[in-house]
Amino acid sequence: MPEAHATFLGLSPALWQSLWLTLRLAAITTLVLGIVGLPLAHWLNSTRSKLAAALETVVALPVVLPPTVIGFYLLVAFSPQHGPGRWWQAVTGQSLAFSFTGLVIASVFYSLPFAVQPFQAALRAVPRDLLDAGATLGASPRRVFWRLHVPLAWRGIAAGLTLGFAHTLGEFGVVLMIGGAIPGVTKVASIALYDEVQALAYPQAHAFAATLLVLAFALLLVVTILQRRRT
Amino acid sequence: MRRRLIIVLLIILQTCRLAAADKPAAAVVSVAAAANLTYAIEALNLEFQAHHPGARITTTLGASGSLFAQIRHGAPYDVFLSADTQYPAELAAAGAGVSATLQTFARGRLVLWTTNPRLPMSDLKAALTSPALRKLAIAQPRSAPYGRAAQTVLEQLGLWSTLAPRLVIGENIAQAAQFVETGNADAGFVALSFVLSRRLAGRGSYLEIPAPAYPGVTLAHGAILTQHGRENVTARQYLEFLRSSAAQRILRDQGYSSPE
Repeated sequence: MPEAHATFLGLSPALWQSLWLTLRLAAITTLVLGIVGLPLAHWLNSTRSKLAAALETVVALPVVLPPTVIGFYLLVAFSPQHGPGRWWQAVTGQSLAFSFTGLVIASVFYSLPFAVQPFQAALRAVPRDLLDAGATLGASPRRVFWRLHVPLAWRGIAAGLTLGFAHTLGEFGVVLMIGGAIPGVTKVASIALYDEVQALAYPQAHAFAATLLVLAFALLLVVTILQRRRT
Repeated sequence: MRRRLIIVLLIILQTCRLAAADKPAAAVVSVAAAANLTYAIEALNLEFQAHHPGARITTTLGASGSLFAQIRHGAPYDVFLSADTQYPAELAAAGAGVSATLQTFARGRLVLWTTNPRLPMSDLKAALTSPALRKLAIAQPRSAPYGRAAQTVLEQLGLWSTLAPRLVIGENIAQAAQFVETGNADAGFVALSFVLSRRLAGRGSYLEIPAPAYPGVTLAHGAILTQHGRENVTARQYLEFLRSSAAQRILRDQGYSSPE
């Protein structure tokens, strides 16, 4: 079952579409990870709440859980027969499963520890007295956090964002469970590659896998360089 | 000292080899079956084991195309049960299956299934053009014959392009059914065997799609002994059993028609 004809770099337009979709998914996920993850990391670092240990564990769960576990629970939660899915359907008229929004929500859950853990480490490494100086000069805690703390920790934060981005690129199990392989909407690169292999279209699979490998290498190289310079 | 160590190691090695050789060939049959057979295979295996008490059967389910690709690359299955006859035939042609054992053992039946009470199931066209149908699940047409049949039905009705934005594609027929069962898809093209299964019987409603609605896709289910199972006597018996009247009766009860 060979492909009709390959195009640019040996990849069919459908594969380029899936790659573009994946990059969009990763970019939006990374944005959300920054907005949600930074305050979360800061709160986890500074709180004395007894809940913190439990919450920190919840954040770390995707590191050890099979992605299919997350995918399964999300498939159930997204169903119009249950609370969150029904609410979403009532508000937007659309289903969360098989939608790009659904994938973003899943990816944020799934990639959260890969961003939050580097965030925490980076924020913790900023010398306390610099922050205290800011506070003494009259800046509000919020201002100290965004104008002093975050800029001082930017390398580690950038590394966390890049890891979150890279990790979202590699997502497979979660999308397999809740995606439904809709071209241009939920058929991400990993699923597209899987389908090529299933259909025994090896030349396409090879070209696509190599493209993803190069991309992943480049991203991880950025993370490594960011972290090496810090010390 | 070193010589003694080597001798001890040799003795251990030899013992291991003897132990392995002495073990009687256990009657284990490893079956790779198309996902639509999920429920039928349990009943078939029980019946087979009733006649062959020593036999142990392990089953792996997946899209026919996936299983084909796995076997082609040396996956250790003895028997391959596909949702079409093309994959087993290709396996034989590639030398990864024993051509002489190639056979058709059942014919699948396609249904449109829904758990959404608002979907009009009076006839196929009404259901497929209803505004209540927001998501329609099918199996991946490239690797699952039921998906191919579903695509052909939609093409024959001239609905393929209009429905394309509403399609969600399961990796195999079981995943398509799971999309419908969880209510995430409003309807889906699945195997009759699924909606008749003990687990799903009575859930929602279904319409059987007559075979002329998907010309070119027979859903004739082919079986073949793989190269790996060549020496496995029990695996050969399993293939013969599939054509027996007992097995055929089970398959009929589970939503399949006879192969002829």
